[in-house]
Amino acid sequence: MHAFANPARFLRIARPLTPWLFWGGLALLVAGALCGLLLTPADYLQGESVRILYIHVPAAWLGMGGWTGIAFAALVQMVWRHPLAGVAGRAIAVPGALFTAICLVTGSIWGRPTWGTWWEWDGRMTSMLVLLFLYFGYIALARASAADGRGIGDNGGVSRVTAIFALVGAINLPIINRSVVWWNSLHQGPSITVRGSTIDMAILWPLGLTVLGFSLWFGAIVLMRMRAILAENKIEARLARMAREGLSEGMGESGGEGAREGRVA
Amino acid sequence: MNHWPYIIAAYGLTALGTLGLSVASWRAMREAEARADALRRER
Repeated sequence: MHAFANPARFLRIARPLTPWLFWGGLALLVAGALCGLLLTPADYLQGESVRILYIHVPAAWLGMGGWTGIAFAALVQMVWRHPLAGVAGRAIAVPGALFTAICLVTGSIWGRPTWGTWWEWDGRMTSMLVLLFLYFGYIALARASAADGRGIGDNGGVSRVTAIFALVGAINLPIINRSVVWWNSLHQGPSITVRGSTIDMAILWPLGLTVLGFSLWFGAIVLMRMRAILAENKIEARLARMAREGLSEGMGESGGEGAREGRVA
Repeated sequence: MNHWPYIIAAYGLTALGTLGLSVASWRAMREAEARADALRRER
């Protein structure tokens, strides 16, 4: 992991990887969405609305996966003081929040024809909404700490308080996951687990394409945002160095003049 | 009930969100890297 602690080494890998992840992800998710819209049959109970599954499920997984990434980055930042961990946390936050919002919106749209309601204050939906608010809090804290230059090593990362917030917020992840088991919920129980799926293969298969596609696309966006943060950081460091050099040259000149004036007097 | 307007709305909003974030992230990266390169060449 420390092999990538050097931003220059990280950028050598990230630059060629970004377009591959982006275009590969986009191709897979478009293919998966088209297959889900055009090729799969309607569900015998849900009807055509089951097709929303191909975007709702990847969005839910990436919303939760995003916060897992942020919490892991916070742990790495606090324990090993990895210089890129805070940058990664900041870069994950906005796409993670977007996918959490997409999950909530597509779930709500699916709920109207299926349950007869846009929203229900049950465990799954409420804990997912809490995750969105956690993202908003993290984004605000990360921006404030970056603006104050309080990131680890001043490399555009996040403050210690922001990292602790990320770790504490991770408690919401098992609550989201188990909410449909612990509480009575309108939301269906876990249909895809490590033991297999209760969804018929005729409907399930395009989901693999959209999950992989959205995941690669998510990776590309995180790399783009990390590269932007590192470049901004480089600009700030260079401008600060130029200002210091200009100041010291100016002081050197005025000091010399003062010395000359002293000699004349 | 016709489900297709709901399906189109869900896919449309997802496309809008992902496309918007793609463009914003790409532009932010390009502009920041171009400014960093210009500053490096200036010195």
